[in-house]
Amino acid sequence: METMMSLLVGVLVTVATYLILSKSLLRVILGTAIMSHAVHLLIMIMGGFSGDSSAPLLGEEATSYTDALPQALILTAIVISFGVTALFLVLAYRTYRDLGTDDLTKLRGLDDDE
Amino acid sequence: MYTVNIAILTPFIVALFIPFLYKRLSAIHTGWFVLAVPVALFAILASYIPAVANGETFYSSIPWLPSLGINFTAYLDGLGLIFALLITGVGSLVILYSIYYLSKERESLHHFYIYLLMFMGAMLGVVFSDNLLVLYVFWELTSISSFLLIAYWHHRRQSRYGAQKSMLITVMGGIGMLAGFLMLSSFAGTFSVREIIDGMGDYASHALFVPAMLLILLGAFTKSAQFPFHIWLPDAMEAPTPVSAYLHSATMVKAGIYLVARFTPVFGGEAVWFWVVSIVGIVTLFWGSFTAIRQTDLKALLAYSTISQLGLIMTLLGLGSAALHFDVIDNQSFYYSLAIFAALFHLVNHSTFKGALFMVVGIVDHETGTRDIRKLGGLMTVMPVTFTVAVIGSFSMAGLPPFNGFLSKEMFFTAVLRIIELPFFSVETWGLLFPIIAWLASVLTFVYCLILIFKTFFGEHQPEKLEKSAHEAPFGMLVSPVILASLVVAFFFFPNVLGEFLLKPAYGAVMPAFIDAGVFDYQIKAWHGINTELLMTLGIVGLGLVLYRSLPRWVGVYSLFPAMLSLDRLYNGALISVERRSNEITNRYMTGNMYHYLLYIFLVILGLVYTVALTTGALSFNVSNDAPISIYEGILAAVMAITAISILFAKSRMTGILLNGVLGYLVALFFVFFRAPDLALTQLVIETVTAALFLLCFYFLPDWDKQKHKTKPKLLNGLIAVATGAMVTVLALSVNSNRLFDSISAFYENAYELAGAKNIVNAILGDFRAFDTMLEVVVLLIAGLGVYVLIKLKASKGGRDLEGK
Repeated sequence: METMMSLLVGVLVTVATYLILSKSLLRVILGTAIMSHAVHLLIMIMGGFSGDSSAPLLGEEATSYTDALPQALILTAIVISFGVTALFLVLAYRTYRDLGTDDLTKLRGLDDDE
Repeated sequence: MYTVNIAILTPFIVALFIPFLYKRLSAIHTGWFVLAVPVALFAILASYIPAVANGETFYSSIPWLPSLGINFTAYLDGLGLIFALLITGVGSLVILYSIYYLSKERESLHHFYIYLLMFMGAMLGVVFSDNLLVLYVFWELTSISSFLLIAYWHHRRQSRYGAQKSMLITVMGGIGMLAGFLMLSSFAGTFSVREIIDGMGDYASHALFVPAMLLILLGAFTKSAQFPFHIWLPDAMEAPTPVSAYLHSATMVKAGIYLVARFTPVFGGEAVWFWVVSIVGIVTLFWGSFTAIRQTDLKALLAYSTISQLGLIMTLLGLGSAALHFDVIDNQSFYYSLAIFAALFHLVNHSTFKGALFMVVGIVDHETGTRDIRKLGGLMTVMPVTFTVAVIGSFSMAGLPPFNGFLSKEMFFTAVLRIIELPFFSVETWGLLFPIIAWLASVLTFVYCLILIFKTFFGEHQPEKLEKSAHEAPFGMLVSPVILASLVVAFFFFPNVLGEFLLKPAYGAVMPAFIDAGVFDYQIKAWHGINTELLMTLGIVGLGLVLYRSLPRWVGVYSLFPAMLSLDRLYNGALISVERRSNEITNRYMTGNMYHYLLYIFLVILGLVYTVALTTGALSFNVSNDAPISIYEGILAAVMAITAISILFAKSRMTGILLNGVLGYLVALFFVFFRAPDLALTQLVIETVTAALFLLCFYFLPDWDKQKHKTKPKLLNGLIAVATGAMVTVLALSVNSNRLFDSISAFYENAYELAGAKNIVNAILGDFRAFDTMLEVVVLLIAGLGVYVLIKLKASKGGRDLEGK
């Protein structure tokens, strides 16, 4: 299970990295979104699995529960990455509206910066 | 008790009040107020002369950073005193001179005197500080105040150039010196110069001994304008003449001399020290006098003569240090150490005659409007007093009787002749070069002294070439040079007053062992009978006159020297090329293209992680503890991988966005499998909102036609992407196989007892680790505000607003 998930995370990271290295701003944002999926899953698997344990709800009265700490961490991470993605998207929108391009190779500072 | 400490600080304190005096009492030349400072200090310091002549020293320490061993420690001994008297004495005369030299109406006097006082205080700090780091602080303060003084007329390009050059060179040396000091204190275990000298002898074999020595010498050589660092001094002549007279002949350039003398007890007696100091000194001596002859500007001529004379003093210090190599302190080793005595004597002499000469040149400049010797001539009858002072100064510099330069030059020859007999340091091979070069340099010195006198004061007076009608300087301007010139003569007739009261204690500070052993027994005499030194002087006069008469015939020798190889060219070229190269290099990698920066980041991370992983053998795979894979999970993983990969091949962005949404839902499904209900919930909601946001932006983003084609696959990007993915997988697997200890999560299963919650995840978020949650809320808040502002805020004036187009 861990091996399979590690491979899956590897695939996601590969895709995300490739997107981040591309020219279009939207693709870069897509890349970061996928990267955060990968990271969330990675935290999950690093917490470890045990097939027969129960969800971390005490009402279940199970003998063992899954590790709750990574779940809390991921929950925080999801919310933060959502905030960042939202800001990033609006930034891209604003960039295009003001500068007229979303091509990263063309966004190279104003002429009077130098 | 703290007299010396206060003496160091007085100029700084007075400098604070200068602007006030300048603004409020503008009727009186500010210099008169300033004059009181060096005069008072000179008087106070002079009162120490009898005590110091008896071998007493004074020590007072004010704690500054006691926990680091850095204290503002003043130590007054013969060596410090002789320098301090020069600083305050020449300082008084220079300030008096500047009162008449600088116009009250045209110049910003408060700046001038603040800088000058800063310099004076810093210089006193250098010669009195016993603590290495405090010494360094004052050392850099002299560099800074000198920089400010050189660029006093900052509207002139040449002044700024000269100031920058001197700053770069002296600060470069100063930083080297700091490194040397730190090395020295690291093996000596103290910052106190006295304690280092007391503990010396055991350190010579230390690995840092020679590096520390060379770095300290670098500081001394740059400050004292020794070859090849002398190039800043001629350019520093753009400063007002009082500054040139004070800083660049009498005091600051002698800071390096002071440093070498002060550290002679530490490093002296070592072959490296002996050779480096002597050779650099003698080369500087020769090169300075050789180059001085070709100068047409009087101040440049004096600058090179200063360089040359400093080389002479440096040579003497180097030669004298050999005496410390002898095992026994007796008359034989004392005999060699007299070079140090000669160095100190010439140091005083040089300050007097060079100060006078600079003032003379200042007067000539002030009264005729030019310093160019091709325009000057016949001023003898016009300016008789100035002429007399110039003759005294020049002939003293040339080493003729009855002036003090004669005495110290004879002693110099004695020293270089004695050094040939030295039985160690393999002097027998090259030692003979010392007297030969010294003699040749003295001949050249004589020639440029003749040029200085004859080209300026003899020959035809050419009033039409001058900007002003030449006349004698005002009385006030002549006072200082006349005093200095009288000292030049007085020191010749009564050298032993100086010798007994100042030079002997100073010598004692450099060579304490010889004073302690009681072998010191020396009287300066003008007449030694007919000996080699006298014959050498006669030879100088003879050959010098011949060379001067035939000057037009051999002056062409200077054009043989390729201009390309001149040190100034080298310096300028180096400065320009360093600037251009660094610009080129920076422009090459700082492209402004984010793609490139991402490449660097990924490549560095990949390089580091793979190198560490492979070299430390941290990689290990152990799949035996894996949980079994259920069929659903397997299918889900496969679907997810396919979804992710197909994003890369999405024909349009719309597909890409939708596939990303699918990916998010699949992650939510995984959370369900992993028994994380809260995560699954959140993930579903968030993914929905994110997809909506993407689509919203999609609607506003550019027209798609040109973007719709699928991105060109790039091999490098692909490789990096695969390597990064593989890196994460490999790391994840290695971590999984090397679990070092169990999770702490069992503690959170007490959620109900501790927090009254049955949902452990919520208990962690809202109770155990609520601080995270709070800040996460803040993140959301900031993001929300940011989104709002980005959408609402109108483009600033400079930006283009494309919405309306």
